[in-house]
Amino acid sequence: MTISTRLNALWEYANPRKFLALTERVLPALWVLTAVTLVGGLVWGFFFTPDDYKQGSTVKIIYIHVPSAFLATSVWFMMLVTSLVWLIRRHHVSALAARAAAPVGTVMTLIALITGAIWGQPMWGTWWEWDPRLTSFLVLFLFYLGYMALWEAIEDGDTAADLTSVLCLVGSVFAVLSRYAVYFWNQGLHQGASVLRAGAVSGTDTEEKVSNVYAYPLLLCLLGFGLLFVTLVFYRTGTEIRARRIKALMARERANG
Amino acid sequence: MIALLKRDLVLAFRAGGGFGLGLAFFLIVTVLVPFSVGPQSALLSSIAPGVLWLGALLACLLSLDRLLALDWEDGTLDLLATAPLPLESVVTMKALAHWLTTGLPLVLAAPVLGVLLNLPAPGFVWLVVSLLLGTPALSVVGTFGAALTVGLKRGGLLLSLLVLPLYVPTLIFGAEVARRGAAGMEVATPLLMLAGITAAAIALLPFASAAVLRVNLR
Repeated sequence: MTISTRLNALWEYANPRKFLALTERVLPALWVLTAVTLVGGLVWGFFFTPDDYKQGSTVKIIYIHVPSAFLATSVWFMMLVTSLVWLIRRHHVSALAARAAAPVGTVMTLIALITGAIWGQPMWGTWWEWDPRLTSFLVLFLFYLGYMALWEAIEDGDTAADLTSVLCLVGSVFAVLSRYAVYFWNQGLHQGASVLRAGAVSGTDTEEKVSNVYAYPLLLCLLGFGLLFVTLVFYRTGTEIRARRIKALMARERANG
Repeated sequence: MIALLKRDLVLAFRAGGGFGLGLAFFLIVTVLVPFSVGPQSALLSSIAPGVLWLGALLACLLSLDRLLALDWEDGTLDLLATAPLPLESVVTMKALAHWLTTGLPLVLAAPVLGVLLNLPAPGFVWLVVSLLLGTPALSVVGTFGAALTVGLKRGGLLLSLLVLPLYVPTLIFGAEVARRGAAGMEVATPLLMLAGITAAAIALLPFASAAVLRVNLR
């Protein structure tokens, strides 16, 4: 019973007014917390950890690369959830939050790709390799672009929310498909190549690879990036709600003559 | 349903329907490839399966914006939406008509263009098989994209941006079948995956297409 009442209480924030009231209260604290964890994690990582014996100081790219890569996929997942909420329960805040999250996810994907290239150059001797993980991130980036372009192209807000939500659902299925297809495709090309192992270094299985010296600041950076995302989405969703309101008010003014 | 299919086919075959445009595009792309990469036959035969698949995919893409837009403009879609026929069947028939007028001719033309690109002999069969299995998925996915963008003034470019990422898995497995076939390797796994993607797309995507079409028609 308590869980269900708690969950019901969560739906309260689907009311734009309540949502704005909440975010206005917590946003200043969130900004400060984000700044502290992000700066703390990055400073700790960049200046207070030793260089790797093999990779030298390039290992420190991990503090930006891994959190952004982690966010790139989880933002899409969050958009999927909010799209479902919009399609099922028709809460405007949900649709607007998905819209607000998309550019953040796009930038995170781009950061992951760029830092990966900067890291890959000294480590693998190449800026780009058609490694499965790299490729699937590039495909994810294209999905983000399409999603945002569709939002921009449609004038009516509710229609845009409906269409982008369906696109997000269908896109999710195809993104997962592409991910596995890409794994299949590359193994077909590079039988037993070393790229896959090298990909593991840049990738998500950090716990086996990274020693604790690097792991603790990395965790802090992950937290910082996560907080940054939450803060930005709250902020941007608030902006979207206000923009909607202004539009509605102006339409009412015009109607009144 | 049959009547709708017949109507779409007749419209496509008559002048102005754009039938053959995709085919001509496919031909031109294939002819331009040797100009851009050079005439070495070894190089051409190694890239031939991929080039033919990409050409077929782009030719499919080219004809997508006519798929629903014409019916949208003259109001046919509104009538179809209020007709007793479910919208899911309508979009399925639209996809089928698109495949019959675009996908099937591409499949039939591909071996001829394969000769131009010096495709290795064992590759012909698998090229045709993979295109035959893969192009229906391209049509169905394309119909979804067309339904998404049907109400937009300048939907053409956006349509490409939306549909191309959705084509990735089909392209990967389809081209893989053709490539492995040309190299004389085992093709069963990618072939099954390709067939699976096509079957799932045909089974599920019409519902998504009909849903977005309803939103656009509202």
